[in-house]
Amino acid sequence: MEMPVPDTTILSKKARIVERLLQVLPKTAVIHDEAETKAYECDALTAYKCPPLAAVLPSTTEEVAAVLKICHQENVPVVPRGAGTSLAGGALPTADSVILGTARMNQVLETDYDNRFIRVQTGRTNLSVTGAVEEEDFFYAPDPSSQLACAIAGNIAMNSGGAHCLKYGVTTNNLLGVKMVMIDGTIVDIGGAHLDAGGLDLLGVICGSEGQLGVVTEATLRILRKPEGARPVLMGFNDNEVAGACVADIIKAGVLPVAIEFMDRPCIEACEAFARAGYPMCEALLIVEVEGSDAEIDEQLSVIMDIARKHNPVELREAKDADEAGRIWLGRKSAFGAMGQINDYMCLDGTIPVSSLPYVLKRIGEMSKDYGLDVANVFHAGDGNMHPLILFNANEPGQLELCEKLGADILRLCVEAGGCLTGEHGVGIEKRDLMFDQFSGDDLEAQMAVKDVFDPKWLLNPAKVFPLSASQSRRVQPVAAE
Amino acid sequence: MISPATETELAEAVASAKGPLRIMGGGTRPIGKPVAGQVLSTRGLSGIELYEPGALTIVVKAGTPVAEVESALAAENQRLPFEPMDHRGLLGTEGDPTIGGVAAANVSGPRRIQAGACRDYMLGVRFVDGTGTVVKNGGRVMKNVTGYDLVKLMAGSYGTLGVLSEVSLKVLPQTDTQATLMIHNLSDSHAVQAMSAALGSPYEVTAAAHTPFSMMGDRAMTMLRLEGFEQSVKYRTDQLKDVLASFGDITVEDDPDKSAAIWKASRDVMGFKQAEGDVWRISVKPTDAPDIAAKLTDTKIFYDWGGGLIWALVTQGTDVRAALNEFDGHATLIRASEETRHQMAVFHPEPAPVAMISKGLRDRFDPNNILNTGLMA
Ligand SMILES: Cc1cc2nc3c(=O)[nH]c(=O)nc-3n(C[C@H](O)[C@H](O)[C@H](O)COP(=O)(O)OP(=O)(O)OC[C@H]3O[C@@H](n4cnc5c(N)ncnc54)[C@H](O)[C@@H]3O)c2cc1C
Repeated sequence: MEMPVPDTTILSKKARIVERLLQVLPKTAVIHDEAETKAYECDALTAYKCPPLAAVLPSTTEEVAAVLKICHQENVPVVPRGAGTSLAGGALPTADSVILGTARMNQVLETDYDNRFIRVQTGRTNLSVTGAVEEEDFFYAPDPSSQLACAIAGNIAMNSGGAHCLKYGVTTNNLLGVKMVMIDGTIVDIGGAHLDAGGLDLLGVICGSEGQLGVVTEATLRILRKPEGARPVLMGFNDNEVAGACVADIIKAGVLPVAIEFMDRPCIEACEAFARAGYPMCEALLIVEVEGSDAEIDEQLSVIMDIARKHNPVELREAKDADEAGRIWLGRKSAFGAMGQINDYMCLDGTIPVSSLPYVLKRIGEMSKDYGLDVANVFHAGDGNMHPLILFNANEPGQLELCEKLGADILRLCVEAGGCLTGEHGVGIEKRDLMFDQFSGDDLEAQMAVKDVFDPKWLLNPAKVFPLSASQSRRVQPVAAE
Repeated sequence: MISPATETELAEAVASAKGPLRIMGGGTRPIGKPVAGQVLSTRGLSGIELYEPGALTIVVKAGTPVAEVESALAAENQRLPFEPMDHRGLLGTEGDPTIGGVAAANVSGPRRIQAGACRDYMLGVRFVDGTGTVVKNGGRVMKNVTGYDLVKLMAGSYGTLGVLSEVSLKVLPQTDTQATLMIHNLSDSHAVQAMSAALGSPYEVTAAAHTPFSMMGDRAMTMLRLEGFEQSVKYRTDQLKDVLASFGDITVEDDPDKSAAIWKASRDVMGFKQAEGDVWRISVKPTDAPDIAAKLTDTKIFYDWGGGLIWALVTQGTDVRAALNEFDGHATLIRASEETRHQMAVFHPEPAPVAMISKGLRDRFDPNNILNTGLMA
């Protein structure tokens, strides 16, 4: 993956930059020793690493503003960082950049059950937001699998989703407002505890902008009352196509499950070997979960199981109790771990129209054969968000490159099928160079125009999202005299 | 009037415009500062491009009448979940509302409080910017974080950043039945408390409104809607009655047609239809709503969204924003004479740094300042 050549003028004034940062932050909040900056050299896309010039860990919005003001004056690129769990390289530094981490900003600022929102500092982890309102039986809906570790900061930047977003939506649908620091240090409040924008929907474009428009320090999030209960049913089919048709029929029938998860044979086998959840050996497995009171769940599941029966399942298993429900989810939840046991893997994230599921799965199977790399599929079937996992051996020279090539081909296939490159992980560096496969130059120009407005010098996370060739003239600007 | 029949013609029309353009869909929502210029109609861009009920997605050209979309969805037992308001009654306009107009004004109804706004169901757009360049963003799939979300930016931009040519929407199944719980004679603040209790329950209330004046009877009335399968609605009605028992007697309208009629009237703010005066739409934190309303004298109020949306009917020329000063939120002037709309800010004034961002975006998307010039100023 190509990254811009570090700016030597910035590298050469490191001492001065560090000194200025130390003037506005406590000593422990400025990390500049080479041994220590290594801790920030990558995110969860570990194939790419580069220690930053320095890393800062401010504790307040004002400190963030002071840091950004300095970086803006010194023309130093800034890479915002939450918990560093991005799978797209969103938080990958360059050698001439300052990492701005929100880890120390993790306070709950306000909880309001009457108005159903919580206001937090964005370094707080996703799961601990729910943790803060659980005693009142409320929860924060978006639930990425990484929720124990990932921060609200990263969730907002990536517009993260989760297994339950079929019913509750993704981050952008649950975000009411932000406090954000612009690159020149200006602090802005956008949105709040009320609904919708009074003017242009800036909140909507900030969410999912991958740390390129500003540093988000506080968030107002919608919280919801927990449903009375939830119960999954497991169904196995001997044909991907039939499983896909079953998903479409369930959706058409008017029941809206909270989750419909899909696993194919390679994935079922790996999970079974790893977690022994008691999954049937078949071509495709669906886990469908519904919510409500016991009686409501019975009613919905009976509709769903009737539909499933029409598709001749090889297995149809309703959870009778919490223990059985746990076992149905066990395999799915350990899918990534199971894959990690067997091999190195690369996790893709394209989305396709649900109707093209069988075709896309068939093509992925063929491509996998051509490349000689195994691919296991596990994904959110209700919304078409696929997670093909390409298995490879990182220690074998050339395998990473081969794997990336297959990954790119699969993502192009998603686009051809009417879908997109990424459903929830973001573009980062990983899919940056595929953007022209989904967008025209004009489409990208319109997006980059937004960055021009928020960050005219292109200092915030500049080498991400847009192909380097497309952003070149904006990133490398003649440095104006200060 | 320019009336392009294709997106290419639309792009040419914008690129070759000699002066300001007034973008018009159905023309049923004359909201904003009065705009001068040649009318550019999107009505020629009409038709459903793709509808996949099993994928809950529909792609329509911007000039397609909302009614056409709704009837196509109804045939598959689906609907637009955000329940877009029909402004014709309130604003006294005629014509066919278009889907592009709904998107450009981010029009949502009572279900917004539970299901989300129009912007939350917009999956993708195609539009022509102020230079005549065709831009696409988003797509037709439900999960998509590829690049910036310009779809949201276009939602509610009232044609000031670009002319929409196509919109993709997520749709949802129609529900089997519905019922409305009604509590009578609550004060505004008790009503908001009751609505908060209902919306904070696990019973999935899909609308919560309160009318302090005679709209459908002659007393104050607080209304809560439940939707779903019959057994489930029955069950949740009973549960909710327990939750709200301390607020007073509760009556239930369980005839689905009558319940639907209540919410159609609420959605379209029919209580203000015949009444004289200006109409404001104020978005606030629900529990602040009664305090804000109390500051508005000589005003008729209707609360939707659990109190979070205040509809205010005021004497002509009154600016309600003073009442909002110490509170979080924003107010938009929805109905007023041209003169009043010339004099007063229609959209809520933004703090300087935010206004600068908005202006920056307008300058980039419409550098010649020809698209609905000044409408949101
Ligand atoms: C095992 C595993 C499972 C995962 N499962 C899911 C899943 O189910 N769904 C899903 O959507 N994702 C998933 N992810 C991806 C990842 O967890 C999400 O993208 C998450 O939101 C990243 O959060 P973070 O705090 O770790 O952000 P980081 O990795 O630190 O940063 C991510 C991006 O956010 C930007 N950023 C960080 N902080 C700020 C800030 N304060 N202001 C502005 N921009 C900022 C960064 O610059 C970067 O571009 C998974 C990752 C792993 C490792």
